[in-house]
Amino acid sequence: MGDNIAALIGALPLVGEGVLVTIQLTIGGALLALVISIGLGLLARFTNVVLRGTARVIIEFFRGTSLVVQLFWFFYVMPQLGIELPAMFVGILALGLNYGAYGAEVVRGSINSVPSGQWEATTALSLSRSQRMWRIIFPQAWALMIPSLTNLLIQLLKGTAIVSFITLTDLTYATDKLRNSSDTFFAYGVSLIIYFLIAYVLTLVMNALEVQAKHKLGRGESLKEALSFRTPRSADGKAGIS
Amino acid sequence: MTGLQWDWTMVWESLPDLLIKFVEVTLLVTILGSIIAAVLGLIIAVARRSAPRPIAAVLTFVVNFIRMTPIVVQLLFAYYLFLDLDPVTIGVIIFGIHYATYMAEVYRAGIEAVPDGQWEATTALSMSRGRTWTAVVIPQALRSTIPALGNYVISMFKDTPFLIAITVTEMVRAALVFGGNHFTYIEAITTAGVIFLIASYPTSLLIGRLEKRLAFSN
Repeated sequence: MGDNIAALIGALPLVGEGVLVTIQLTIGGALLALVISIGLGLLARFTNVVLRGTARVIIEFFRGTSLVVQLFWFFYVMPQLGIELPAMFVGILALGLNYGAYGAEVVRGSINSVPSGQWEATTALSLSRSQRMWRIIFPQAWALMIPSLTNLLIQLLKGTAIVSFITLTDLTYATDKLRNSSDTFFAYGVSLIIYFLIAYVLTLVMNALEVQAKHKLGRGESLKEALSFRTPRSADGKAGIS
Repeated sequence: MTGLQWDWTMVWESLPDLLIKFVEVTLLVTILGSIIAAVLGLIIAVARRSAPRPIAAVLTFVVNFIRMTPIVVQLLFAYYLFLDLDPVTIGVIIFGIHYATYMAEVYRAGIEAVPDGQWEATTALSMSRGRTWTAVVIPQALRSTIPALGNYVISMFKDTPFLIAITVTEMVRAALVFGGNHFTYIEAITTAGVIFLIASYPTSLLIGRLEKRLAFSN
């Protein structure tokens, strides 16, 4: 065990760099995926057949063709078409497009499950098209979609482990190097625990976002209240017991 | 630069190889892995409900740990631990275990959807616990879970290229090898993607239809 710890300390700079690359890919991929999810999710709701059809084709294409194929396609085929992209960019692009396509279905589904009375109310108030979506419908759909988006985010984090196929030195790559100087069980044990911790932190952040989104809609307590140690409020809104 | 133009002869040349690997590895691992995942997932779901609390808590942690860590790392881990095992066998086992943790959640939801009255009825009939599960609860729980399980099978199918990490030559690796030999990656990698699309899209449409039908008749 002492040897293993020594090996880990020796490999610490590489492991640190690997963790950083993994986190960069996760955050970059997640941001791109979020933009694509919302864009395609909204587009897929249009009544115009061309717009809706385009969104559906893109969604089904990226959902249906496997993340590894997309990653390799961007990495090996793009240069042949004369487009040279840095590996990090390729990683973020593939992750963002793949999970964005899955996310688009989540966004579309959540918007559809906002009660129709809310739509009718926006019409009654004669709000503009964009006001309806961004001020009334989307905030409610957002609270609904967060749990599914959390699952996708964890999937995306796990998906980053394949970028060592395209020369990126992520945590999985660092693990393989650590294995050379310590035993397999130790190296992969450490690596799995680090992945688990990153996933756990991401889940906590997303849970906090969900609390906040619900609070904004007037459902449930605020994030500050949820994190404080004060006596929980009773159901009728009065603080304390009795 | 031979690759600037789409060359159909490259598609036809790479296709037999890709299809062989598709059947020999991709489909094989998906089918065997799904069977393990479906059975193990059910065992996990039942165990989490009926095992004593400390054991159930440990099981829950293990399941979450497997769910929240990358399958590629799990594949590599098992590969280096059991170097004398065949990589395809390792793939089947790891895919089976990884997806069992997802399928267990699906079963859990299915089991929870079985009305309490059913449990009470089996108590009234003084059925044994084992018979309650096998004759009453599981048959009812399974029906609503089939579409969700199907979606995970498709997901596993699209994850099979991860096997490249443990040196298995599956369809995508075959496409890479072909591309390397012919100095053009465009056709072979694209063809591999199209094969995935052709296999997974109709299946997911079918599952969607099944989902609607089961939902309406409930």
